Amino acid sequence: MAVSYKHIKESRSDVIFHVCNTILLLLCFIIVAVPLLNVLASSLSTPNAVVTGKVGIWPVGWNIDAYIQIFQSRMLLTGYANSILYTVIGTVINIVMTVMAAYPLAIKKFVGRGVFTGLFVFTMIFSAPLIPTYLNIRDLGLIDSMWALVLPGAISVYNMIIARTYFQNSIPEEMMEAAGLDGANDTQILLKLVLPLSKSIIAVLTLYYAVAHWNSYFDPYIYLNSEEKFTLQVVLRNIMSTAKALQEMTDTISTDQSQRAALIEVLKYAIIVFGSLPVILLYPFVQKHFVKGVMIGSLKG
Amino acid sequence: MSKKEKTGSAGGNRKSKWYIMRKNILLHWQLYVIIALPLIYLVMFKYIPLVGSQIAFRDYSFSGGIWGSPWVGFKHFERFFQSPDFGKLMWNTISLSLYNIVVTSIPPVILAVALSYAKWKWYGKTVQMVTYMPYFISTVLVVGILQQMLSLTGPINNVIASMGGDKIHFMGDPSLFQTLYVFSGVWQSTGYNAVIYLAAIAAVDPELHEAAIVDGASIWKRILHIDLPSILPTAIILLIMACGKVLTVGYEKVLLLQNDMNLSTSDIISTYVYRVGLNGMQYSFSTAIGLFQSVVSLVMLLLVNWISRRFGETSLF
Repeated sequence: MAVSYKHIKESRSDVIFHVCNTILLLLCFIIVAVPLLNVLASSLSTPNAVVTGKVGIWPVGWNIDAYIQIFQSRMLLTGYANSILYTVIGTVINIVMTVMAAYPLAIKKFVGRGVFTGLFVFTMIFSAPLIPTYLNIRDLGLIDSMWALVLPGAISVYNMIIARTYFQNSIPEEMMEAAGLDGANDTQILLKLVLPLSKSIIAVLTLYYAVAHWNSYFDPYIYLNSEEKFTLQVVLRNIMSTAKALQEMTDTISTDQSQRAALIEVLKYAIIVFGSLPVILLYPFVQKHFVKGVMIGSLKG
Repeated sequence: MSKKEKTGSAGGNRKSKWYIMRKNILLHWQLYVIIALPLIYLVMFKYIPLVGSQIAFRDYSFSGGIWGSPWVGFKHFERFFQSPDFGKLMWNTISLSLYNIVVTSIPPVILAVALSYAKWKWYGKTVQMVTYMPYFISTVLVVGILQQMLSLTGPINNVIASMGGDKIHFMGDPSLFQTLYVFSGVWQSTGYNAVIYLAAIAAVDPELHEAAIVDGASIWKRILHIDLPSILPTAIILLIMACGKVLTVGYEKVLLLQNDMNLSTSDIISTYVYRVGLNGMQYSFSTAIGLFQSVVSLVMLLLVNWISRRFGETSLF
């Protein structure tokens, strides 16, 4: 009797737990999803519905004018193209450099490994202030060039350590030694043995680096001067924070001030959607890898 | 190779150590070639700026440059510590950091536990995927979303107005700046941080849970006695890293949220460094403040790390 009574009591507390838990998760879902859906819905609604607050999470009176305006804006399209270019080149450099640092540091017989690792890790916990960093870029002649965005961050020490840990843990040492005894040198071992076995970690790092490049704002903002080199994030910020750009974009549609103000609101929503679209569209396909990356990264801890 | 190592050890322990070392260097010379480029990168983009930080102790001039400008000792540091802005900047920075640490540490733990006990697998997966998503939206756009949601004509103010309240000018109110910063951070990164904890929960030996179930432990008790302890080391490491950043809290988002109206609370050391440095061209002064930030960060990191090693078992290093 006692046992079954206990059993019922326990399962009741578990039932309560599951009810609370399901509601909690639903709340989390709503808190994150509703603002995003509202932005999307507003970008597709009529200006009037947006400013009078009629839009919830579903568009009111479908309207895609804002998107037509965006695709006629040279500024935004140039920014898009630049961001793609910098992201691709930057990420390739990141991956090559990260592997070149992580592979030697993963090999136990590499004399000086501790010192080199220390040199890398030190830069993570003690970094130069903004101005010396800026002056260095200036002295190297990289101001207003793409290289100021892709070279200074070529290796993220954090990502490098993730890669090194992966090489150490997932590729059996005996395998590398056997390859060495068969006459393969270290470069051959890296290219023919280690890299083919590390596709998943390289995918993860590619995603991390690419998203960081795509989303970065501060570096392009301080290093780039010419408008035709601006990245999407810089253009987005300029558009969102200065009324002038938005006024120009809505010039052709309406001359009435209040109508135009309403149009600008819709345009802002559409710009947010436009700017986050590439990452959000890729997200469902790559999110598994991201989760895996976090798991590999946390092994260290 | 092991054969040769043995012959080496015949010549005495000390000698054999050097022998193996030299042998390994010669055998793995290619590794030095491979790591050369990353090392050059490290020197060029990380250590040279660090050496350049000496302008904090000089009066930087364009003609003199980094090496030729006159030494002035701690003049710039003193000027900063004595400046009327110092107290305000320190307060704004530290209060923002602590507020941020306190509010953002707990939600990811709760979400991770909730996700790991989701009633249906698809439900947990869906919630995880959606809550993780904002992490990939750029700071520029998160601030954009915030501005749209909270603008005078935005949805939040429309709701307030429809309930008969007065519209609130969120973005321009200095007393709301920190709250906006912290809670938009919760919105953006709780899902991401939860995944880190999920990894820790997933690493728990399932037998522990089975044994607890056999003993009649409820889910609440299993969370308290199995899941939370397994998360603790990860949580402590994240906390140590957060404390290390107490003075360097986010350039980007603060700068993006900053405007003339909320400057009294949104002006923090990082944005001040940017403003006097890049806008005001006071290179030495700005570097001194930046160096002060870096040193305090390092000291904080070591201190918190020491405390957690002293009183617990977890530490970063």
